[in-house]
Amino acid sequence: MSLILLVEQALNGLQLGVMLFLMAAGLTLIFGVMGLINLAHGSLYMVGAFAAAAVAGLTGSFLLALVASLAAAALAGVIVEMTVIRRLYDRDHLDQVLATFALILIFSEGTRWFYGSVPLYLDRPEWLSGTVTLPLGIEYSAYRLALIGAGLAVAAGLFWMIARTRLGIQIRAGENDREMIGALGVNISALYTLVFALGAALAGLAGALIGAIQSVQVGMGEPVLILAFVVIVIGGIGSIKGALVGAILVGMTDTLGRVLLPQAFALFMDASSATTAGSALASMAIYLLMAGVLLFRPKGLFGGATA
Amino acid sequence: MTEPVIDVRGITKAFGGLVASDDITLDLKPGEIHALIGPNGAGKSTLIAQIAGALRPDRGQVWLTGQDVTALDTPARARRGLGRTFQISSLAMDYTVLQNAMIGALGRRGDVMRFLRPVMRDTALREAAETALDQVGLSEFRALRTAELSHGQRRQLELAVALTLNPRAFVMDEPMAGLGAEGSKRLITFLSELRARTPILLVEHDMDAVFALADRISVLVGGRIIATGPVSEIRANEEVRSAYLGQEDVQP
Amino acid sequence: MLNAALLLGLLAIPLWAWIVDEPFTITLVTRAVILAIAGVGLNVALGLGGLVSLGHAAFFGLGGYAMGILAYHAQTYTPLIEVPFLIEGTKSMPVIWLVAIAVSALAALAIGALSLRTTGVYFIMITLAFGQMFYYFAISWPAYGGEDGLSIYVRNGVAGLNMMDPLTFFAICYALLLLVLFIVSRLAASPFGLMLGAARQNPARVEAVGQGPYRLYLTAFVISGAITGLAGALFADLNRFVSPVMLSWQTSGEIMVFVILGGVGRVFGPVAGAALFIALEHWLGGLSDYWHIYLGAILLGVVLFARGGIYGLIAGRGVAHD
Repeated sequence: MSLILLVEQALNGLQLGVMLFLMAAGLTLIFGVMGLINLAHGSLYMVGAFAAAAVAGLTGSFLLALVASLAAAALAGVIVEMTVIRRLYDRDHLDQVLATFALILIFSEGTRWFYGSVPLYLDRPEWLSGTVTLPLGIEYSAYRLALIGAGLAVAAGLFWMIARTRLGIQIRAGENDREMIGALGVNISALYTLVFALGAALAGLAGALIGAIQSVQVGMGEPVLILAFVVIVIGGIGSIKGALVGAILVGMTDTLGRVLLPQAFALFMDASSATTAGSALASMAIYLLMAGVLLFRPKGLFGGATA
Repeated sequence: MTEPVIDVRGITKAFGGLVASDDITLDLKPGEIHALIGPNGAGKSTLIAQIAGALRPDRGQVWLTGQDVTALDTPARARRGLGRTFQISSLAMDYTVLQNAMIGALGRRGDVMRFLRPVMRDTALREAAETALDQVGLSEFRALRTAELSHGQRRQLELAVALTLNPRAFVMDEPMAGLGAEGSKRLITFLSELRARTPILLVEHDMDAVFALADRISVLVGGRIIATGPVSEIRANEEVRSAYLGQEDVQP
Repeated sequence: MLNAALLLGLLAIPLWAWIVDEPFTITLVTRAVILAIAGVGLNVALGLGGLVSLGHAAFFGLGGYAMGILAYHAQTYTPLIEVPFLIEGTKSMPVIWLVAIAVSALAALAIGALSLRTTGVYFIMITLAFGQMFYYFAISWPAYGGEDGLSIYVRNGVAGLNMMDPLTFFAICYALLLLVLFIVSRLAASPFGLMLGAARQNPARVEAVGQGPYRLYLTAFVISGAITGLAGALFADLNRFVSPVMLSWQTSGEIMVFVILGGVGRVFGPVAGAALFIALEHWLGGLSDYWHIYLGAILLGVVLFARGGIYGLIAGRGVAHD
């Protein structure tokens, strides 16, 4: 286990974490402000990826593809919010779960009907397809490094928005007391649509960015969605800071776990058993982490006020 | 000297910089109605929560029928004989009136973990539930869904459920709230007779009811008890008048 | 009454199919019956207890794998473990059912004990996550097929009956459904059921009468998991195949769909829901490969406009108990 490999994997973990943050931030905002649990977030991730792949295929421009992913996901978010989601704000969580699950079915099968089951491919841009030389002589994928940068930039942007802008104030106020901000003259309806669209855009962006590393196919969003839920449970609902910390924790645990656990088992088992046992445990690692956090902090590391 | 049924000793609770309960001591003796009054924000709800077990005090103790229950949670205190009614009716809204009363009777008897017997045919439980409903005057509504009751009827049901517990003491949080003149009069009569069986710690804003019912009154202002004593004493107390009753004279 | 009509219908169709020699229809109804058991199981937690568990596939799959693993070892004549004590495979149905129930109940106890310390949305997300945990574990554990699943060649047996005969197997499953419905009906009408329902509606009220909601929820969750586990074992037996799909979030969602379609909180609801689901799967699935779109639309419609499901539409508004 060389130091170089370790650092590489740590960077991968950071990259995964930062992408999970994009998903989790949207989810936690939507829950914090509107009190809504949205299972269809994975579908919005998928929409972003597909839009990016389609536009990249047509124009060959990665940047245009990213813009398309943001726009498509945000648009899908707005449409979904105005037709379905806004009827759910007053309903109990079960109804929200069921309705958004229904949306998953519609989105997934709809996409499959339109594009078929064969995955699409999204290529990373020319100017990011090489490697970058880091300290210690490590060669790391330029694209992944860019992802880390992009994710952290978005995080910074979100923190700034929440702390410094009018919208941010409305969001924070809405998280604390939904009825009050209506009484104060804020256009609740518009605010909710905006927040939902923002969450959707973040998810779509994540989908597009990851789509260039993995493939773009139906059903790609749900595993990420569930990981995002784990992030939120660990970080605490309604907290962007919690989402960032939780996401990086989850990203690191998952990535490093997959690399280190089989090696750890190999210390006292034969190679193939070690790989099996290690991989199996690694696949459960983040859930065990979540369980561990829950034992001591049932509301997550930074949760509390809302939910 | 008769031992108090509820004994609150030096309860103190602070939330950050705000001291909600400041070294509060009071007790509830057998056969009495002890009213707790005070302006809004005085800390009555916080105190009630600490007596009922929903909140842990920073310092101080709560004793119930001679036992220290400070470390016990709400269900444990309920089993030890504390009957609480909530300011905002806390009922199972989808259940019928009878079912809500049965919940109380069942909770009292304690054998909840029975899985195959039909509970609504349990004669002992039904009797206890029906008796309580009869006492508050809800018998004819037993089959109605609780959500369809009027506000006043829900308050009655809330009281009935507490009655099924056969508690050693009642803690009632603004039972008069929202009742009309008729309802208030009936409740006052009812509580007055109830006190002989079970003492009542009564949190109330309705000063007519307080003066009609209370044997003793404690006045809570800014988290502190500023006076405790019989009705006449409290009415004459200068500090109380300026802090609280002065405002109340305006109240209908 | 709708209940009786439903049960008779579920009995009549396979008998008719047997007479006209259409074994596929018998298998179809058997599928509906088994899924109904899974739904009735979930309903104990969801409908009676108000616990929105999005990870019930964990129990369904555990039951399935209990059956699969035991049968696999029996058919390959290898023991499960030799140390510290010998456990061999078995093809005896009653034993398999007991193991499936026990394993699922234990898992529900562990998951519930942890998850029920939270409420609301946290609980939903946590149960979903734990379900995924089992799913990923099953995929990465190669001994029992991993992602490809495990095939069982011969159906398990009970006292010499020929289980490969569709009607016989159907009869066993139907009998189990009746048993489960009976138990859950009694449960709903019992002291436990009354207090659990109260906890669902108003936990503070339950505390005020001296009971602890947590204990009630956990008990309901364990019973719920056990019943769903039994359904899983039967399902694996029906298909003679078990795979990680039985543990997936899609399966969790589907089980919840049966319950909702039929009417959450109604003891017989999942029976109607499962029957409707299988019917839709068969007819709509025959029309289009993308029938899930229609399922989604129907589900959305039910949630937004016909909240009480089939039982809500037909039997009207009722109290929680049937």
